[in-house]
Amino acid sequence: MELERTRVDVVQCAKTYPDGTRGLLSTDLTVEPGEVMALLGPSGCGKTTLLRLIAGLEEPDHGSRVVFGGTDVTLVPIEKRGVGMVFQHYALFPQLTVEANIGYGLRIRGTAEPERKRVVGELVDLVRLNGLEKKRPSELSGGQRQRVALARAVAVRPRVLLLDEPLTALDAKLRESLRDELAELLRRLHITAIHVTHDQSEALAIADRLAVMHAGRVVQVGRGEDLYRAPAHPFVAEFLGRVNRLERKPHAIARGVVELGGADISCPRAWRAHSTLFVRPEDVQVGALRDGWGVATVEQRVFLGDRVHLKLRVDGQAIILADTSRDCECRPGECVGIWIEPNRLMPLLESQA
Amino acid sequence: MGNFRKTSPLLLVLTALVTLYIVVPILVSVKAGLVNNYSSGLESGLTLRWLEQVWEVYGGTVRWSLALASLCVLGNLLIGVPCAYALARSSSRAARLFEELMTLPVAVPGLATALALILTFGTMRDFRQSYAFILVGHMVFTMPFMVRIVSAAFQRDELLTLEEAARSLGASFAQRFLGVLVPAVLPAIVAGSLTVFTLSVGEFNLTWMLHTPLTRTLPVGLVDSYTAMRIEVGSAYTLIFLLVIVPVLWGLQALGTLFIRYHGT
Repeated sequence: MELERTRVDVVQCAKTYPDGTRGLLSTDLTVEPGEVMALLGPSGCGKTTLLRLIAGLEEPDHGSRVVFGGTDVTLVPIEKRGVGMVFQHYALFPQLTVEANIGYGLRIRGTAEPERKRVVGELVDLVRLNGLEKKRPSELSGGQRQRVALARAVAVRPRVLLLDEPLTALDAKLRESLRDELAELLRRLHITAIHVTHDQSEALAIADRLAVMHAGRVVQVGRGEDLYRAPAHPFVAEFLGRVNRLERKPHAIARGVVELGGADISCPRAWRAHSTLFVRPEDVQVGALRDGWGVATVEQRVFLGDRVHLKLRVDGQAIILADTSRDCECRPGECVGIWIEPNRLMPLLESQA
Repeated sequence: MGNFRKTSPLLLVLTALVTLYIVVPILVSVKAGLVNNYSSGLESGLTLRWLEQVWEVYGGTVRWSLALASLCVLGNLLIGVPCAYALARSSSRAARLFEELMTLPVAVPGLATALALILTFGTMRDFRQSYAFILVGHMVFTMPFMVRIVSAAFQRDELLTLEEAARSLGASFAQRFLGVLVPAVLPAIVAGSLTVFTLSVGEFNLTWMLHTPLTRTLPVGLVDSYTAMRIEVGSAYTLIFLLVIVPVLWGLQALGTLFIRYHGT
């Protein structure tokens, strides 16, 4: 199925609710044609509000603009906006069969029966629901329902596909396999898609780019890997995986190093002036005491199967989290060596640091 | 284990007592309608005489009662269901006030409601003397039940999302109301219809005030027979009431269940 690829521009979009609550502060966002963009953030960050503004389910504040492929659709109602939506709990029509659900939008548009059958058949193949066409939603598993919802949304050839926490209603194991399946389906459809989620691994797995949101605004937009490696905002660093904060005292800044349990880690030139740097737990090296390395005391050791999670006490720093290999034998109370490669240190690129 | 299913003897006795409390008066009344003479009881012999007499004089009221109740359900479907939707979707104070006002005929004695209707429409002679007038009274009385039941169903969160899903697929208001929302609240509509039907068939207060000698319903005829004729005739009338209404209610209930199974969730 070939779908239109539409560029989406959100221009100075804001939403204030009648009671004065600011659901979304003035936001600009561009989604390239055919791109999958994730709106990622904790609950209450405004990601669902932004999605609903793009969908046309909420009316934005005066002066906001939503543009699809160069056409201003801000005042176009959702019925005519050409969006496909997948809802958190699927919102399948309970009294209709799988094929009637998928064909609903086409029936509404008055598409002739043979054409409708052809499109529905094609989509049933695409989302692998063969043999379930006559079933009711209540007879399907969570994963199957989600696929019906996706097929129903794309059946009408929307210009933009909007997904509102599409995997949240599933249990953890299923969520992981469906996440990959959804990512693959979106690639195959090659449609512009905006995907709301609070799950960072879901966003990283599905989206081409992420817009991380916090307190009603987009704090950073970029490819998942870039955001993970070079977060511009402490919130992004902490929301995308876990992170350690390393404080630098004035004399450490003067010497151009990061002090870590007696060791001096030379600070990359560009960030010499930063008083705080970040490091991911998986980038903290732990081993036997040795020259040049710092000294840390193991506070807690948690065996997680594929790795060992340590909480380390280091002089002059807050508790440092470290993920080490599953063979790490160290015990609580033991002194261990600690080291961080300078190129693993992360700065904050903006002034919020 | 296994003790969970054992019913306490106390509960059993209580259930039996409550059942007796409900059933015994019915049986006594039924018996009274089938004996030759109420005061001498079964010794006077059984007869169908009273039943025949009642059917002859009041048979029409049975048909009219059933017709009125059916029309009342139909009217509630046409007016009450859209009204329930409107109230469920509106958060304005006026809507809440309207909801309260609509419930008034349930709280205010039927006589008062009837008086208000007579004062308002009394001058429209043809209307006043027709069954349509009683139908209006029954609608006023039963509408809040239908609206409350269906409105609660419309307010469920998943209904809001279903509506949004239908909108995103391009459905107009009429298309999503009839094609998506009504089927989704069908169980509530069926339950509301049964309630309305039952209330309408048994309604007496209002109807007593609104009826004319030519427009009588079953309960009004019942009072007439109690006051004007022998107690055996009144009891036979009760029997006819039961014979008509119980199968009809069972039938409707079964129909409703079937309907929900076929169309519902």
